[in-house]
This record gives sequence, structure tokens and C-alpha cells, in this order.
Amino acid sequence: MTNLATRNLKAASLWALIVLIFVLVPVLSTSSYQVNLACHVLIWSLFAVSFNMLWGVTGMLSLGQALYYGLGAYSVGLMVEHLGRQWYLPAMGLGVLAAAALALLLGLLVIRVGGVYFTMLTLAFAQLGWQITFKWYDFTGGDDGIQGIIPPGILESGTVYYFFVLAVVMLSIWVLKRMAFSPFGLVLRCVQQNPDRVRFLGRRVRRNQLRVYVISSFFSALAGSLMAGVDGSIHTDMLFWTTSGEVILMSVLGGINQFFGPFVGATVIILIEDLVGAHTEYWSLIIGIIIMVIVLVFPKGVVGEAMRAKSLLTKTGVGR
Amino acid sequence: MDASFLLTQFISGLTMATLLFLVASGLTLIFGVGNVFNFAHGSFYMLGAYFGYQFVSVWSTNFWIALLLSGICVGLFGMLAEFAFLRRIYGRANEGGFQILLTYAFILIIDDLVKLTWGAEYKSLPRPTGFGGAIQLGDIFIPTYNLLIIAIGVIVVVAAWWVLSQTRPGQVARAAAVDREIVSVLGVNVPMTMTLVFGIATALGGMAGALAAPLRTVTPGAGIEVIIDSLIVVVLGGMGNFWGAWFGALLIGEVNAFAVAVVPQWATLFSFLVMVVVLIFKPEGLFAARKVRKV
Repeated sequence: MTNLATRNLKAASLWALIVLIFVLVPVLSTSSYQVNLACHVLIWSLFAVSFNMLWGVTGMLSLGQALYYGLGAYSVGLMVEHLGRQWYLPAMGLGVLAAAALALLLGLLVIRVGGVYFTMLTLAFAQLGWQITFKWYDFTGGDDGIQGIIPPGILESGTVYYFFVLAVVMLSIWVLKRMAFSPFGLVLRCVQQNPDRVRFLGRRVRRNQLRVYVISSFFSALAGSLMAGVDGSIHTDMLFWTTSGEVILMSVLGGINQFFGPFVGATVIILIEDLVGAHTEYWSLIIGIIIMVIVLVFPKGVVGEAMRAKSLLTKTGVGR
Repeated sequence: MDASFLLTQFISGLTMATLLFLVASGLTLIFGVGNVFNFAHGSFYMLGAYFGYQFVSVWSTNFWIALLLSGICVGLFGMLAEFAFLRRIYGRANEGGFQILLTYAFILIIDDLVKLTWGAEYKSLPRPTGFGGAIQLGDIFIPTYNLLIIAIGVIVVVAAWWVLSQTRPGQVARAAAVDREIVSVLGVNVPMTMTLVFGIATALGGMAGALAAPLRTVTPGAGIEVIIDSLIVVVLGGMGNFWGAWFGALLIGEVNAFAVAVVPQWATLFSFLVMVVVLIFKPEGLFAARKVRKV
């Protein structure tokens, strides 16, 4: 009992610490640029954590989550542009619902095939979405993207919008964490480890895969819709496959077997990209080399390696 | 829609199909033998185009020798990539994701290396001497270079079939695709076979890049367009199925050629449409490889 209590306390204090750090950002920051960067960190964290529900938890490697991320962003962008600023928040709601509906539809198609097929099909559909967005110039603005997306009312202020993002992201991540450690989350883990046994136990594999696909896409779209207001502009790159690749990278960097791994990974990647992008035009070469080092040398990711180091230190003598 | 229009589009579709097949067959070979999805295959295609540019336009090598050299150079690069990096992650838990990440890293690195070496601006390659014109057939003109590509494609298909089915290395590669454990017990160096297959597959991709260079412009980032098309081809034909890739390439090439003529802006959507239809009715692809039961 005390064990459980201390564990709850530890978890609660971890949450409090994370929230406190992010609350302090606008207070301590010296420029609006830093707040903007923290906003990027939060949104990418949500995107990465929701992606990892698919991959790390259920073992479904999607290379097309950018589709939903972009859908969320473009529903906000398009509605604000065509209907006006007051539609900002309704557009966010509509965007995530549209993403969930699309995920349900595509999910029925892509979950029929497993393994590498699933990966490729998600990629193919996301690229299809990108092409439509890119070529339908009259409606989406094509390569120009959409500029001047300003959130309504008090959200117009950068700091207020930051706290809005913080609240939505933290709430979403909390929901996802509850889900990952619920009986449903347990079934998802079993689906990854041994789908046949899940069937023997009377659970439906595909039904659960479809559920988590829809949930993950829902939160990816939420992340995208939040992103629309951060820089005030969106671009077709948000739907490009590199965006999907980036969340994989974040998850691996942080550690896919830990719930907060992708969060840490997203933070590190955003900071690295900021640093590298500011100093060199060959950022993709450097990111490529970083990916190689992670994949070949630290496959467990930052959080995974830290956990391993901790267990080595605390349980001396229990070798691995 | 008269016959000459149909024929023109048909030939252009065949040309595209040949190039697609050269790339997709490599992709499917690598997957069949090593269960590796080489996401960077398009980058090797792009590399081939740049090598072609370097040999022909900069060093003024003979086109045919340049074509061969481009293939060989890209193949060596591919073997190096497999031998030095990819090989280290085989058999890991969640291997699929790591494969994609690692090959994704290849894409990023190759893209920037190409930019560093050749610059970001578009490059072009002249057609080889003797193949700059067109032959007249009734009232239509067919570029001889297109016919050349198709002919080379046929030669490569026949050669690949011969190697795969009639020679010992080909038989070993096919056997390794079915059961690598048993093959290695028989004394075959399976990892080396994989490296070789990777080399041949990337060489095919590189040759396709050099062949396509006079038709399309050579740019960094060309790889990703090619990989998506090849992916559709491979999904259509069934992963790991050589002849499936051939049929898929033919289908996508022709669908694209006619779609471009009818609705230019939305042409690319049609390949996806074909894929969706196939997926609904036959998720494993039209010619899915026979499933082998492992005891």
C-alpha cells in the first residue's frame, strides 16, 4: 500500500515538475522567441507521444501521421482564412473530428495488412494527402501555404496562447497516459507482443488496432491544429513524409518503451534543430548522422538508457 | 482519341514503366531476400543520375560506359551502406522502425552530400549520340531514346530472370529469401549474399537514375518521388515478388501516361486510386509471394 502511495506521489510530483518548468518559461524567458520555441516543444511532444501510442505501445509503425497533423492544421488555417477568426476554436474541434473520421476510414483499409505493408500504406496515403494539398492551389494555397492565422480574442497574445497550448497538451498527454496504462493499454501491448494469444483470450486484434489508430490520429490532428496559431502560418511541409519521419526520430531518441520517452525526444530534437539550423545550412546531414548514432549506438533512447544506468547503479551485482 | 494518340501515350507509359521497374525490382529483391525495406532506394536512384551527369557532362565519358559506371558506383555505395550500417540492426526488436530510421538517415545524408558535391541547382544530361531524334510511324513521332530505355529494360529483365533462376548465386538468393537459417546451415554465407543482393539492387536503381536523367531534370530530392511510385508498384505486385513488380510497374506506368494526357494536374492521384482498389480486394498484392509455413 505504501509502495503504491509513494508511486502515486512520485508520478504526481513528476507531472508537477514538468508543468512547473513549462509554466516558468514565459516568466524567465528573455524573448518571445524562447516562448515560441517552448510552444513548438510542447506541440511536437503531444504529436510524438500520440504517435508512440501506435508504435511503441501497439507496434504499428505508421509513417503517415503527418496526414492527420496536417489535416488539423489546415482545417484551422482554411476556416480562419475563409470564414474569419471567430471560427478558430470550432475549426480545431472540426479538424480533430475530421481526422478521427478519416482515420477510421483509412484504418479499415490499412489495418487489413500488417507489418511493413502498414507502414508503406500509411506513407502512401499521407503522400496522397500532401499531393492534394500541394496541387489544389485555389483551395489550399498550394506551396504558398496559409499565412496570417491569428487566434481570436485573448488568445492573440503570444503568452496567453502559450498557456492555452500548455493546458491542452498537458491534458491530452495525461489522457493518453491514463489510456496507455488502462486495461485497454494492456491489450494494446499484448497485440504488439503476441496477437494470436490476444485472439485466444477473446479480444479482437484489429478492432483494438483500429481504436488506437483513430485515437492517435485524433491527437496528432489536435497537435497540428495547435501549431496553426503558433507561427500564424502553415505550410504543405506539415503533411510531407519528413514530418512523419521526425516523430519516429523523436520517439526513438527519447525511447519508445517509456511513455515519456517521445516527450523527451521531441524536446531534444526541437532544441537541436534550433541550434543546428541557426549555424549551418547542412542541417539534414547533421540530423542524419545523429539518427545513425542513435540507431546504431543508443537504440533504447535517452530515457531508456537513463533507466538502464539507474538500474545498474541501484542493483549493483545484478548484472545484465 | 485516335489510335496515334493511344500509341504515343502507350510508348511513354512503357518508358516510365521500365524505369519504375528497374527501381522497384531492386526494392522488392532486397525485401524478399533480407526482409529489409530500403526507404533510401530512391536516393540511390538520384545518386545514379548525378553520377551519370558527372561522367557524361563533366568528364565527357561515352554514354554507355557512363551508364555502366554509374550503376557500378551506386552499387558499391549500396554495398557499403548495407555492410557498414544496415547489417548491424538485423534481428533487433522493432527492427522495422529502425530500418526505416536508418534508411531515412541515408536519405538525409545522401541528399546533403549531393548538394555539397554538385550544388542545389538543376542539372541536365544530353541524350546519347544517335538517340536524340524520333522515328516517324504514320503521323506520330516516337523518340528513339524512349525506345532505347524500353529495350534496355527488356534486356535487364531477361538478365535478372536468368541470374535469379538459372545461376547458383541467384538460387542461393532465392533460397535465402525462403529460409535463411537452413541456407546458412548448408554453408552459404548469407550475410554476404545479402550485401551482394543489396549491391545489385542499388546498382539497378542507380542505372535507372542515369537512364532517366536525360528525360527528367536531375535535382536533389528526386529520390522521394521515385520511392513513393516504386512503393505503389511493389504493393501492387506483392512484396518480394519479382514478376509482380514487373506487372505493377507496367500498370502504374500506363495508368500514369494516360492520366497525364487526360487530367494533367491530378495524374498522380490515379496510381493511388489503383492501389486503393487493389488493396480493398487483394491486400497482399496481385501476385503475393506464396506464404511459407515455418515449422
